[in-house]
Amino acid sequence: MSGLEAHLVTSRGSFTVDVELRVGAGEVVSVLGPNGSGKTTVLRMLAGLLPLTSGHIRIGAVTIEEPARGLRSPAQSRGVGLVPQESLLFPHLRVRDQVAFGPRHRGSSRGESRQEADGWLGRTGLSELAARRPAELSGGQARRVAIARALAARPGLLLLDEPLAALDVRAVLELRSFLRRHLADFDGPTVLVTHDALDALVLADRLVVLDRGRVVQAGAPRDVAAHPRSHHVAALVGLNLVQGTAQGRVVTVSAQQQVEVVTADEHDGAVFCSFRPTAVAVYACAPSGSPRNVWRGEITGMTPYGDAVRLEIGGRLPLLADVTATAVAELGLAPGSTVWSTVKATDLDVYPV
Amino acid sequence: MSTSDRPARRPTAAATGRLPWQLLLPSFLAVALLALPVVGLLVRAPWSTLAQQVRDPEVLQALRLSLLTASTSTVVCLVLGTPVAWLLARSTLPGRRALRTLVTVPLILPPVVGGVALLTVFGRTGIVGGWVYEASGYRLPFTTAGVVVAQTFVAMPFLVLAVEGALRSADPRFDDVAATFGASRWQTFSRVTLPLALPGILSGAILAWARALGEFGATITFNGSFPGTTRTMPSAVYNALNTDFDAAILLSLILLVVSVAILALLRERWLIGAVS
Repeated sequence: MSGLEAHLVTSRGSFTVDVELRVGAGEVVSVLGPNGSGKTTVLRMLAGLLPLTSGHIRIGAVTIEEPARGLRSPAQSRGVGLVPQESLLFPHLRVRDQVAFGPRHRGSSRGESRQEADGWLGRTGLSELAARRPAELSGGQARRVAIARALAARPGLLLLDEPLAALDVRAVLELRSFLRRHLADFDGPTVLVTHDALDALVLADRLVVLDRGRVVQAGAPRDVAAHPRSHHVAALVGLNLVQGTAQGRVVTVSAQQQVEVVTADEHDGAVFCSFRPTAVAVYACAPSGSPRNVWRGEITGMTPYGDAVRLEIGGRLPLLADVTATAVAELGLAPGSTVWSTVKATDLDVYPV
Repeated sequence: MSTSDRPARRPTAAATGRLPWQLLLPSFLAVALLALPVVGLLVRAPWSTLAQQVRDPEVLQALRLSLLTASTSTVVCLVLGTPVAWLLARSTLPGRRALRTLVTVPLILPPVVGGVALLTVFGRTGIVGGWVYEASGYRLPFTTAGVVVAQTFVAMPFLVLAVEGALRSADPRFDDVAATFGASRWQTFSRVTLPLALPGILSGAILAWARALGEFGATITFNGSFPGTTRTMPSAVYNALNTDFDAAILLSLILLVVSVAILALLRERWLIGAVS
């Protein structure tokens, strides 16, 4: 099996997607980003459903598409296995024929492709569903069939579009371990698109974070989660993120010129500061004394979070703070309350942009 | 098609009160206009001589011819009309609007005019017919094949429009998925698009069949009314009307019963089976 190497560029109106992607054989890369960041566009380009305006797609040494050289192999001859959003099982086909669809159109006879389908249904534990129609499957079952259908096509590239979205919690848990198992067995490159950080962290070997059609961060899940470089990722992994310009121990926040963050070590130039919501202490009146990072704000939201309460605090420096339920009661916190938030310099994680 | 594609049951208005007569009265008149003629047929039918007349070979001949030609023209409509519907629904062919207008012309054209128009093309001196007649001595008008052509002419728009609607409502994303699994455009059409649109195609075929079965104007203009070759049931009714009103009523009843029975049967067997 060979890896994927792609530079995907397309423009539609004012929206441009320009993404470089490398996925090794057997590697799972998760493309993560908010709605409208271009994730699905990336997948459609790889699948051959949307032409590139420039760039290229190569699998191993084979160029699948390169507009500059007039190369474009159509979707039907790319050998990809697509798990589309919402599964999109063919409504008129029983599960066995559903899974046989790929083999059947890659040259196997009807009998052979059904045998192959039965093999895949056995391997994926779906044999009992072979005679069912999509309307008779639960959401989770339909996803598993869609995944088996993609694997049965023996793809050179596996593409999954939000395979865990819009399912109930239990189905997600089951499907996640199902995916982990079968993605590990697949020896080609896999691209998994999701807006859910947990899915990406659990399933992917590497993350590529998109925002407005560009890659804003790429790396191992652990590094991306520890040092987010976009508010989307920070929010997904539950961190506060501040971007600013450092001069010595003072970081001037980019979005709010008058807000400063004091750090423990000296830095220079553009930096990110991230800190955990649990590192934020909240006071009902202005604190006196040691902490130097004090910001005044107003509570805009409160939600139970584990055994704590997560406060959304608006103001010149919007942030999340986790406080105990006792503290909420003692301080008389409610949406609209004015509070002072403080963070110790030593609790800040500072890294260059 | 999954159930979620269907519109949810419409909520009924909770507001009570009497039904407005402005709506009730026209509704009553409409229903009366539609139902009374059928009642008239039943009331005036020559029930005493019914059994004897039904076995009349001429009646059976006309009935057989009608069923044969209507079914044949439905098949022709399916084979030729479904691709047109696909072009209208799924392709980016330039001039699709013009094509749709063209296809719907027979809908608004009076059937008699359609028959005359067919003669100008396929008649012995017509644009195409003249050439064929010179070359082979074959003439299409006044033959059973001519009946099929006339019926196809008037029934095709019904099929094309119904199938186009069905193809439009079939989710095109399934076509994309099929393509990624290696299906060619033809395979995608025949194994995915067509089965998805099947209920719509069947109802289009039934509409076309019913229209072909009842076809009179274009058929008689183009083919005349010769027993055994071109005298279909509607022509036989018209013919009987001049000589024997009872016979006309009887033929009408038979046509009515046969078409209603077949439609009901198809609904049971195909439509319901295809949908669920």
